[in-house]
Amino acid sequence: MTLRVWIPLLVVVGIAVLLGIAGGAVPMAPTDVLRALLGDGDPTQVAIVQNLRLPRIALGLAVGAGLAVSGAALQTTLRNPLAEPYLLGVSGGAAAGAVAAVTLGLASSALLPLAAFAGAVTAVVVVLLVARAVAGHADPRVLLMAGVVVGAFCTALIMVALATAPENTVRGALWWMMGSLGDAQWRGVRWVALYVALGIGLLVTWARDIDVLALGEDAAASLGLPVERVTRRIYFAASLLAAATVAGAGLIGFVGLIVPAIGRALGLRNTREALLASALAGAALVVLADLLARTLLRPAELPLGAVTALIGVPFFLWRLRRMR
Amino acid sequence: MIRFDNVVLQYPQAPEPAVKGVSFDVPPGRITAVVGPNGSGKSTLVRALLGRLPLASGQIMLGDRPLSALDRRDVATQVAVVPQREEPVFPLPVPDYIALGRYPHGGPFSGRNAEDRAAIATAVQRADVAVFADRSTDQLSGGEWQRVRIARALAQGGQTLVLDEPTTFLDIAHEMAVFELLDALAREGQGILLVSHQLNLVARFADHIVLLHRGRIAAAGSPGDVMRGEVLERVYEWPLVVSRDPAIGAPVLVPLRGRGSR
Repeated sequence: MTLRVWIPLLVVVGIAVLLGIAGGAVPMAPTDVLRALLGDGDPTQVAIVQNLRLPRIALGLAVGAGLAVSGAALQTTLRNPLAEPYLLGVSGGAAAGAVAAVTLGLASSALLPLAAFAGAVTAVVVVLLVARAVAGHADPRVLLMAGVVVGAFCTALIMVALATAPENTVRGALWWMMGSLGDAQWRGVRWVALYVALGIGLLVTWARDIDVLALGEDAAASLGLPVERVTRRIYFAASLLAAATVAGAGLIGFVGLIVPAIGRALGLRNTREALLASALAGAALVVLADLLARTLLRPAELPLGAVTALIGVPFFLWRLRRMR
Repeated sequence: MIRFDNVVLQYPQAPEPAVKGVSFDVPPGRITAVVGPNGSGKSTLVRALLGRLPLASGQIMLGDRPLSALDRRDVATQVAVVPQREEPVFPLPVPDYIALGRYPHGGPFSGRNAEDRAAIATAVQRADVAVFADRSTDQLSGGEWQRVRIARALAQGGQTLVLDEPTTFLDIAHEMAVFELLDALAREGQGILLVSHQLNLVARFADHIVLLHRGRIAAAGSPGDVMRGEVLERVYEWPLVVSRDPAIGAPVLVPLRGRGSR
């Protein structure tokens, strides 16, 4: 591992965190930020930093790292640079779960993430079953197509549910579908961080398997890798990782798509390095995007999912051009 | 040594088996070639070796143990397969790519040990790919890529090397380079199973040829035994003659024109 990659990445994450704490509806000077972090200084600023901004940034770090690692693992495993967790039914399933909870009147802040998580897991299981029924095994191309179709089906379900729901319910569900770190509280953040750490830990452990899978099914089999079992396992872990982030912060697209491309542009070819670099870059990206969401049209707050899409789409188009 | 013993293979939902009772050996130190028309079952045999198609009946023996009783990782340390198609979506530096051949020997977090480094160095030297060390897998020509793939398979360290159509898209010089490399490897004691369409080259390089026709062995033996006009004509369903190369004395197949006028 070259320090030339890791030191700048760590510095960027550190800067993103400090900017994220300092910026917002009430901007703060750097010295005030440091004092508030140490719990000393103006009590209002201490409260803002420790109870509002820190949990929000911690959630942003966890969500960004989770989405980016999930995307990096899926792109390499499915041998498709355009694969990402949201393309594979995870987001659709999570949104359908959340909307179902909202329209059934279960929209307490504790239940919504659970419903989203359950929806995402259901969608992932359906995708795997569809792929197995169609192709007889976890064929990467079929997995991708099954994910797209299951996602589209979930969107249809959401539209049906929202068309018949009362207006204030619709607004709450829509806000959640646009993604936000605004509801971050330490208790919820801890759970998301735990799931994300678990997911990243598993995928990093399996990094050598992912390296081998990237060669193609026959080559991986000739190296002694049980292709179908390992593909399913990685797909499932990566999807759960994305589902945990969706449960924590709603739908935040494009992070899982563009961050792995950044890792490759940095010259990281080894999957373990690429996953860890993606975790850092994704964490920084989401914290900075959230800072933009909070400050661009102050005092109004933009939906985070819209900001990441505004950054992600031009980047995506640029990559698409490079691929030709 | 690999022994195919009355192997029957059938794809799911296929009306009949793709391979119907095939037996032959792949001994060390020799090139054993499997030839035959499209759909005769050549690549299906490779799929079975890869464990991607279960045996309907019969047995594939690796040494004195059946393939089905062995862990796939153990198989991979004894038999290295260069599959027909392989295009890495994300290019790798050539040394990293070759090092992946050591995958079956290591755990999830084990680094390269002395044995790995020695196996990689030997593979690089035998396949003569040291000159590509600074390149990435997407910066190689077709022939160079095949040699690098063979180097990866050699780094696996098994006694048997299996190649499925290794020269399909190569020009004459690169094709000859691959065949010469296989010949040299066989003389060093490596067992080689070669699936190929290149009958004339196979006839010059192989020690033993197995000719498949619709899942069965139509002929097997030395190149002289198998390269007979009447056998090949029946199997390939095309008029042809087998002559003898005046320079080297190897049998040469020449397909004829004018099928309709026959």
